[in-house]
Amino acid sequence: MASSNSLMDSLFQRSLEDLIKGLRLGESTFVSKSLDEIRREIKLTDPSTKSVALQKLSYLAALHGVDMAWAAFHAVEVVSSSRFAHKRIGYHAIAQSFSDQTPVLLLITNQLRKDLSSSNEHEVSLALECLARIGTDDLARDLTSEVFTLLGSSKALVRKKAIGVVLRVFDKYPDAVKVCFKRLVENLESSDPQILSAVVGVFCELTSKDPRSYLPLAPEFYKILVDSRNNWVLIKILKIFAKLASIEPRLAKKVADPVCEHMRKNNVGKSLLFECIRTVFSSLSDQETALKLAVAKIKEFLVDDDPNLKYLGLHALSIVAPKHLWAVLENKEAVVKAMSDEDPNVKLEALHLLMAMVNEDNVTEISRILMNYALKSDPLFCNEIIGSILVACSRNSYEIIVDFDWYLSLLGEMARVPHCQRGKEIEHQLVDIGTRVKDARLELVRVSRALLIDPALLGNQFLHHILSAAAWASGEYVEFSKSPYEIAEALLQPCTCLLPPSIRAIYIHSAFKVLVFSVGAYFSAQEPTSSLLAQESTSSGSSVVNGFTYDSISSLVSMIELGLCSLSGTIDVEVQERTKNVLGFIGMIKHEIAEKPTSQDSETEAHRAMAFMEDVFSEELGPVSSTAQEKVPLPKGLELTENLEDLQEICREVLEPVAESNSSSFHTSDKVSFSVAKLTIRDQEEASSSLPPPPESASLLAEHRKRHGLYYLSSQKSDNHNDGDGNDNNTSNEYPPANEISVDSFKPKKKISKPRPVVVKLDEGDDPKTKPDASSSNDEPLSRAIQTALMGKGKGKESVKDNHDINVDTENIGQSSRREKKKKKNGERSSKRSSRRRRDQEASVTKPVEVPDLLL
Amino acid sequence: MIRFILLQNRQGKTRLAKYYVPLEESEKHKVEYEVHRLVVNRDAKFTNFVEFRTHKVIYRRYAGLFFSVCVDITDNELAYLECIHLFVEILDHFFSNVCELDLVFNFHKVYLILDEFILAGELQETSKRAIIERMSELEKLE
Repeated sequence: MASSNSLMDSLFQRSLEDLIKGLRLGESTFVSKSLDEIRREIKLTDPSTKSVALQKLSYLAALHGVDMAWAAFHAVEVVSSSRFAHKRIGYHAIAQSFSDQTPVLLLITNQLRKDLSSSNEHEVSLALECLARIGTDDLARDLTSEVFTLLGSSKALVRKKAIGVVLRVFDKYPDAVKVCFKRLVENLESSDPQILSAVVGVFCELTSKDPRSYLPLAPEFYKILVDSRNNWVLIKILKIFAKLASIEPRLAKKVADPVCEHMRKNNVGKSLLFECIRTVFSSLSDQETALKLAVAKIKEFLVDDDPNLKYLGLHALSIVAPKHLWAVLENKEAVVKAMSDEDPNVKLEALHLLMAMVNEDNVTEISRILMNYALKSDPLFCNEIIGSILVACSRNSYEIIVDFDWYLSLLGEMARVPHCQRGKEIEHQLVDIGTRVKDARLELVRVSRALLIDPALLGNQFLHHILSAAAWASGEYVEFSKSPYEIAEALLQPCTCLLPPSIRAIYIHSAFKVLVFSVGAYFSAQEPTSSLLAQESTSSGSSVVNGFTYDSISSLVSMIELGLCSLSGTIDVEVQERTKNVLGFIGMIKHEIAEKPTSQDSETEAHRAMAFMEDVFSEELGPVSSTAQEKVPLPKGLELTENLEDLQEICREVLEPVAESNSSSFHTSDKVSFSVAKLTIRDQEEASSSLPPPPESASLLAEHRKRHGLYYLSSQKSDNHNDGDGNDNNTSNEYPPANEISVDSFKPKKKISKPRPVVVKLDEGDDPKTKPDASSSNDEPLSRAIQTALMGKGKGKESVKDNHDINVDTENIGQSSRREKKKKKNGERSSKRSSRRRRDQEASVTKPVEVPDLLL
Repeated sequence: MIRFILLQNRQGKTRLAKYYVPLEESEKHKVEYEVHRLVVNRDAKFTNFVEFRTHKVIYRRYAGLFFSVCVDITDNELAYLECIHLFVEILDHFFSNVCELDLVFNFHKVYLILDEFILAGELQETSKRAIIERMSELEKLE
């Protein structure tokens, strides 16, 4: 029964064509049905049936996502057939489905070996293609000798494919270099353009990973550069030279001439021309003639109708922009025209180029043009424009901005652009400018006021961050505003219910600051003896603040009270907290205002409270360096890294709910003196004294934690964290005590020519710390092997070319150390692992590579 | 280096997929879907190069099929555009006025041509004549 079944299956097997036709009819279960058929067919012994089944399976796997890993063994079976057609199907299936994890991978090693040594070149090429696709370390190691033989094969086709495979083999099994490299290099001198193209392709890939090792081959590459007429080859050679010339400047000089020659040809292909231009821009930009010629040619690209060429022209300009801005400036009109192109890629490139052209003088003009574009564009591009303006202007602490008033009004304008989604960045810059640039605070308050007053902006969720910055600024620098009453009103308007609670809290806190300021001014204006004080306070704030009559102040207070009473019952803890603070404060001072100011007694409770509050808000907030935290010296006896795990177990039930109330930083009950400096010292004492608690007093611990919750360390924050009153979420969380930043935070930048406002810069850079590139340890053995191969070769070549002066370009390394390193290298060849660490150290020193002197 | 080549029609069905870098099955699906979305919406007047993740896709539309080639960022775009055109010319010559159906029913032959043309992600044969000769030799072996 079984045999007749199999006979039936063999005879009536659906061919691939039938399968495809069936699939196109669109039956939904057809795939699963065919899959079952295939499973049956593929187990049969007849090779034809098997291979057709495998073919069908490959088709399904490739185009319909069917998994074919289960058929791996059958693929091996099919490959061992002697018929070429079957072999082809088998190899195709293998190349498609095998991966490093396929268990039967080892089984094909022998088959590959057989096929690679076969006399039939087609079988050889099949095997090579398969190896190229699935080569693993083991396969590469085992088959290196076969590949080596093939590299010298007389049949060009085979040689070409072997060269292609070599790349993969080297990658997986670097020791293959010892065997194959020589032949590979010999092929560089081949006259067959196809072989040449293959070899050059391999070297192109190798050089992009590790250019230094291939410098000795520069003369051969140079010959090809000058002689070859094949565009593909030339393009690859140019890429190689781009990499080599960037590490060896003398090469650049030598190569510039042939490159110019190619560029000047009459009907040079556009692809080659572009590659020449790209090479010149990226690596040969120091060569005058080449550069000028390239820029002239780029002009042709930019004005061409073909959008591809236009895009490439812009792209090339952006490569050269950092070093040679004049090239970009020459083509300004083309760039501006490209801004209104339809293709988003082209627009983006044009935008980047425009931003590269920006400097102090033209920043206003360019921003104006860009904002106009932004208003007319789709949301994506609009935000790109806004983003790039923000980045360019804030680089290096606002280096290019001279007129901060104009910039702040620009930021306000950005907030009103309908598609603006860069709220966070704008918020950050508003606050940043406020803290760093004293002279701009007036304008900042003006801009903030305009933003706060408009109720329409409150509904737009993208603008919430900007509004929170505006609110913070208005509160912090309220002394600059014309009408604190208006500000307070805007901060408490009913539409603010649309804001998320965290921002609402900021609003309320700013209203608090406005209140404190106003009442303080009122009180000090009242006291006739302290008229001097009043004069001081009004002269320090550059805006008109006198004139707080009884009426105005009482209306302010009552307005605030009215606005806030509805909030005192809200769900959000933060909002409720702040509301209660303000209301409590008002409660304390209200009666003082209510009375006519007859009592001269400045010692009333209200006055004292007032004095406290003013004290709190008088400390000027400065910008905080990102490295400031590390500069805080750790006091002795403070244990930061002690493991608190035992705590966790003991107090698990208690700690969880308490952890949530960490956000509240204000203690309503204690009216404690709030000097921030004192607070940090105190909390250090408490922190050290509270660790470790006795295991029994879980409840005490809970209470302690509730009271000083923030002093229980999490991994990031350190000891000094009670933010006190003056901060809110806008400023950096790591806020070292005031007496520690006063020294290094106020370094005014002196500007010589124009009256530019002072921007406080800290000692950090603006760029994030870039990690040094770790040299990939994968390439180490390969580059080492190549270098040893080349050095061995170099000595042989020396005798042949007599006017070759072996020049060591690294004069800074002494001869003796060089020999030492060579010896080390030879000795280390055997053991890879132990030497890898030493190699990493050596890698940082320039490797002594012999560069044949091309200048002769 | 070429990372993968995709032939897709306008509806998103893949007619040919050849990957030169190892990818999981699910990854392959995602990639095919993303690339299709990327190229199908672009106007004919736009450039033929788009950025795709950290690489580039160079594509061209021939009748109802999109030929997309994904290469490294540093590769020469115009050269690969030529390469796509060369491939199409060869297909045309081989199948005599090729159409999508030809590719569907002869997918193994298309793979064969592709393997002659590109090896391990690098272009290895740029002469149309040579490839066609090879293909006729191979046909004789069948």
